[in-house]
Amino acid sequence: MYEGIVQDLIDELGRLPGVGPKSAQRIAFHILAADPVDVLRLADTLRQVKDQVRFCEVCGNVAQEQQCRICRDPRRDVSILCVVEEPKDVVAIEKTREFRGKYHVLGGAISPIDGIGPDDLRIRELMARLADTTVTEVILATDPNLEGEATATYLARLIAPMGLTVSRLASGLPVGGDLEYADEVTLGRAFAGRRALS
Amino acid sequence: MLRTQKLGEADRIVTLLTREHGRVRCVARGVRKTSSRIGARLEPFSHVDIQLYSGKSLDNVSQVETLASHGARLSGDYGAWTAGTAMLETAERMTPEEREPSVQQYALLVSGLRSLAGNEHSATLILDAYLLRSLAVAGWSPSFDQCAKCGAPGPHRAFAVAAGGMVCPTCRPPGSAAPSQGAVQLLGALLSGDWTRADSAQMRVQREASGLVAAFLQWHLEHQLRSLRLVDRQ
Ligand SMILES: [Zn+2]
Ligand SMILES: [Zn+2]
Repeated sequence: MYEGIVQDLIDELGRLPGVGPKSAQRIAFHILAADPVDVLRLADTLRQVKDQVRFCEVCGNVAQEQQCRICRDPRRDVSILCVVEEPKDVVAIEKTREFRGKYHVLGGAISPIDGIGPDDLRIRELMARLADTTVTEVILATDPNLEGEATATYLARLIAPMGLTVSRLASGLPVGGDLEYADEVTLGRAFAGRRALS
Repeated sequence: MLRTQKLGEADRIVTLLTREHGRVRCVARGVRKTSSRIGARLEPFSHVDIQLYSGKSLDNVSQVETLASHGARLSGDYGAWTAGTAMLETAERMTPEEREPSVQQYALLVSGLRSLAGNEHSATLILDAYLLRSLAVAGWSPSFDQCAKCGAPGPHRAFAVAAGGMVCPTCRPPGSAAPSQGAVQLLGALLSGDWTRADSAQMRVQREASGLVAAFLQWHLEHQLRSLRLVDRQ
């Protein structure tokens, strides 16, 4: 244990995803030894990001205004909606340049073992968007793991009575992996070869 | 395979229920970033043959062979998937001590998941049968015929979770429930494996029985299962 505030810093860093106690200690001592200007810039960026970045009121993506860049873009095809788990998946799909429609970010996947059910995700918002007739195709691009698959199964069942085309990304994505780690070529191919569920 | 959790950038912590060593937690390295064959095999519901080597705090996975992978089937059926998830969470909670052998819980889970993936009965009936038997194996066998307190022969009308099931008029604590005869018969059928009787139970009776099973489970585990309330009962 270190003295007061240094230990507080280590504890805070240790709460970040992917940072274990050893790494937290290493980062803390890096910060202590660093130039104060660099550290203040980091602190400023952290504060700005919490002040200025919010979630798009339409799709749930990260945004700097009420709506994100993609929702505001009039050139995007409003008839196709791609459903993803996280904002980082939007970034991964945008890199493929295969998709010109709009997105809906759920905020995760259904995970009963973690107590996360359909009501904890932005599914009600999704259904409200689909109720208006502009969308004709929904692409379910949840992660290629069990929770992503089960979430897609749930959504397909919910959307089926609305008579829309529902498709799922083609296989070829690494099973058990995270969408964000798929390379652009594989992800692009999965998009082009999506299969219809209904 | 009970559960996998992300660890760091590319690893996973994997929780297993094993035949000989009870519940075991171990680390699978590098399985999220690459399309490693091990990664695809390490998913919940899978029945695997696995080899571990000792690590610093947790053992590491070195080899995995799939015996039966139910995940793809279950994730395509939302009701079965949520029922299966509740079974996995129960198995974890019923084996609180790591590495304490529990061959009966192991065997129950393996056959329960096989039955679920094979679509042998309705998913919620398979789940309720599994939960009742899992409680029985843990030493909390509920009584659905004779009085759970004094052993007076049944059938009885009152049901008290704390007493251990159906109770006679003398033993009946205040505030006991009065379930329907059909629900009590269904619970007995599920516990004894009388599937002909269980399969023919009406939906209303099945729901009532599920409620009693959930009450039992919560009483004995002291905490609610997170996944049980999310079981899809459509
Ligand atoms: Zn948006
Ligand atoms: Zn009695």
